[in-house]
Amino acid sequence: MPAEGIRSIRLEGAMTIYSAAEAKPSLLDQLNPPGQLALDLSAVDEIDCAGLQLLALAREEARRAGGELYLAECSEAVHEALALGGLASFFATEQEAGE
Amino acid sequence: MIDMGEVLQTFIAESQELLQQMEQALLDIEQNPDDPDTLNAIFRAAHTIKGSAGLFGFDLIVAFTHVAESVLDRARSGELPIDGTLSALLLEAGDHLAGLIAQLDAGASLEALPPGIITRGEALIGRMGQYLEASPSEARGEPATSASATASEADTGRDEGHWHLSLRFGPDTLRNGMDPLAFFRYLNTFGRILQVEALTERLPSAAEMDPETCYLGFELAFVSDADKATIEGAFEFVREDSLVQVLSPAASPDALRAHLDALPEDPADAGERLLRCASVSRAELDAVLAPVTAMTEAPAVVAQTTLMKAPVDGPVPAAKLRGDNSLIRVDAGKLDQLINLIGELIIAGAGARMIAQNSGLGAMVEATEVLSRLVEEVRDSALTLRMVQIGGTFNRFQRVVRDVARELGKDISLQISGGDTELDKTVVEKIGDPLTHLVRNAMDHGIEPLEVRRAVGKPLQGRVSLNAYHEAGGIVIEVSDDGGGLDPQKILAKAMQRGLVTDGQTLAEKDILNLIFEPGFSTAETVSNLSGRGVGMDVVKRNITSLRGTVELDSTPGVGTCVRIRLPLTLAIIDGFLIGVGQASYVVPLDMVEECIELPPGHLDGRDYLELRGDVLPFIRLRQLFDEASTPPRRENVVVVRYAGTRAGLVVDQLLGEFQTVIKPLGKVFHQVSGLSGFTILGSGDVALILDIPGLLGHIPRTPNDLRQASPVATLT
Repeated sequence: MPAEGIRSIRLEGAMTIYSAAEAKPSLLDQLNPPGQLALDLSAVDEIDCAGLQLLALAREEARRAGGELYLAECSEAVHEALALGGLASFFATEQEAGE
Repeated sequence: MIDMGEVLQTFIAESQELLQQMEQALLDIEQNPDDPDTLNAIFRAAHTIKGSAGLFGFDLIVAFTHVAESVLDRARSGELPIDGTLSALLLEAGDHLAGLIAQLDAGASLEALPPGIITRGEALIGRMGQYLEASPSEARGEPATSASATASEADTGRDEGHWHLSLRFGPDTLRNGMDPLAFFRYLNTFGRILQVEALTERLPSAAEMDPETCYLGFELAFVSDADKATIEGAFEFVREDSLVQVLSPAASPDALRAHLDALPEDPADAGERLLRCASVSRAELDAVLAPVTAMTEAPAVVAQTTLMKAPVDGPVPAAKLRGDNSLIRVDAGKLDQLINLIGELIIAGAGARMIAQNSGLGAMVEATEVLSRLVEEVRDSALTLRMVQIGGTFNRFQRVVRDVARELGKDISLQISGGDTELDKTVVEKIGDPLTHLVRNAMDHGIEPLEVRRAVGKPLQGRVSLNAYHEAGGIVIEVSDDGGGLDPQKILAKAMQRGLVTDGQTLAEKDILNLIFEPGFSTAETVSNLSGRGVGMDVVKRNITSLRGTVELDSTPGVGTCVRIRLPLTLAIIDGFLIGVGQASYVVPLDMVEECIELPPGHLDGRDYLELRGDVLPFIRLRQLFDEASTPPRRENVVVVRYAGTRAGLVVDQLLGEFQTVIKPLGKVFHQVSGLSGFTILGSGDVALILDIPGLLGHIPRTPNDLRQASPVATLT
């Protein structure tokens, strides 16, 4: 359950180079209105560097707008990719968000 | 969007090349078991295949190659001697890999392999595994223990095998189908990534960011006992537009400094990242970074340092890794298209030249002459683009000879010469099968068993030779052996029995020997009677004939046999001889034309042969053959052609001279028509058919003697 005042953004399917072009505008749209956002990636079954890069971009954008993007849930595939790509600690977790 | 198919094709082609190199090296190593370079070459080939397969996610290939690589690694470290059994096993492993690649090439999935292949792969892995057992140092997959120790002791700096990789991927990396994560997964197959730090600084603002462009960079701490080339090799595919900096374990301060300077970021920041990855210690970093302040005041020193460090640890030039970089890989289809266009150019040029001549304008004629000379030069250089050396094909036979010799229990060596002789790629591709047949034949039936060789005092090791050289616009390939040779009497007896030769015929010994290429000579019975020579020789001949080539055989009893294949250099454009029958024009390949004579008028009606300087010359009336209804001219001509030892005349109306002929294939509709091999377009835009001389000569009685006996001969006076 997202904490109070945190809006959840849920992404699904593959986040790869093949879908990156469509994924970018849709992800950025969901960042509005800015605020405390929690990413639910538990339904993302495939992710590559293009996907990771979009996530990083989303976090930067959220911060630029004065908000924050947290990583709430992630699938095994996302978890592995974040670890492999050295981005595991890039996203603040929700616990940290509550602090 | 990226074309994965194309990338995959590159992988397939490269793997096939590597497997061939590996096979060659494995064969070499049997001769020189102690040569480290050869062993390294084998290892590298296996390793590169594994790496590329990993990029495509072909886990089956990765897993299989990994085992082979581990065996090779043990051999490389001297723990495992390479003996005949091991090299045979590795050759089999190479075959298995080639089989897997062939599956990919055929568009099949590795998930749905035929059970036979899977079983074979598993059996091979099991057998190779035996070489790995009793090996305490099978540590390639499991360096984790030492790795975590290293990570926890950041202050002690780098342990043995702690590499640091700084990667800045090029913008098109993702678009080209490469995923940096895949590289990391691959690195983990021969080592362990301790720490990764992603650099997101290059990410632009949301509006400017192109989701298909790669903005990421990475700093990697990596533990492996692999060498630098191996680690750098993992990034082979992105090397061109990416920055790949590999810092060796226990690198010198100079190397570290060079590493930091090569990165686009501020060296101090970069240094901090290396520190966070535990790849350097604070002290080391400070030592290296300290002079920076000093150097800003003394630019001369900077320059000097830069010069000195450059060769120490900079990126290895791509050319060094890839061998000769001046070669480019081109799609054969593109070359074909070029040759086609040049064909059209020749045809159009001939048209322009004709119009110029008809116009009577001197300057115009001169201009078109210059043009057609240039077109001819372009044609020649375009045709050389398709030329490849036959050495690659020859070298494949090392393996054939080795395997067949083992099978037969004979000791046979293969000698190769003239491997750098070039010929058309299409021809090279098609000559493989006939050559295999000839080489096998030479080994099986040519080279005598050991006892026989000992008895007649020959060296015990038999010899099969492959030789190639250029000769008069064509190429000659020789397959020879130092075996027992052929017995002409036996062949003659056999031929008579088969009805190929009649009793009264006298044939030159050479003609007798070449009877073994006749269809009908190759029967199971022949195998026993003629020690098997001649099996499938007619097929060999047919294959070579379809390449517009010829084959002949020389043999000396007791000394050996030599089969000589003559092939045209190219299949696309030939020098032709243009002839006219009625309103139509035909082309005969010029190199088959011997001479032209006038048909003696009148008294030949109904006969299809004449006497030419004492010999019988059968001829074919093209008017009859092509149902030409118009009235024949007062004088007809005979074009004497010769192919594969058979000579015949073609009766035509007109001789029109030499003609640059661009061969165009006939459509499927004409598939059943014999006597024609293609068509070409004349300068006037008319079509001329190209006569299939070997096919036409097939209709003619086999030997002159048949004719002589059949009926009296008309005399040419």
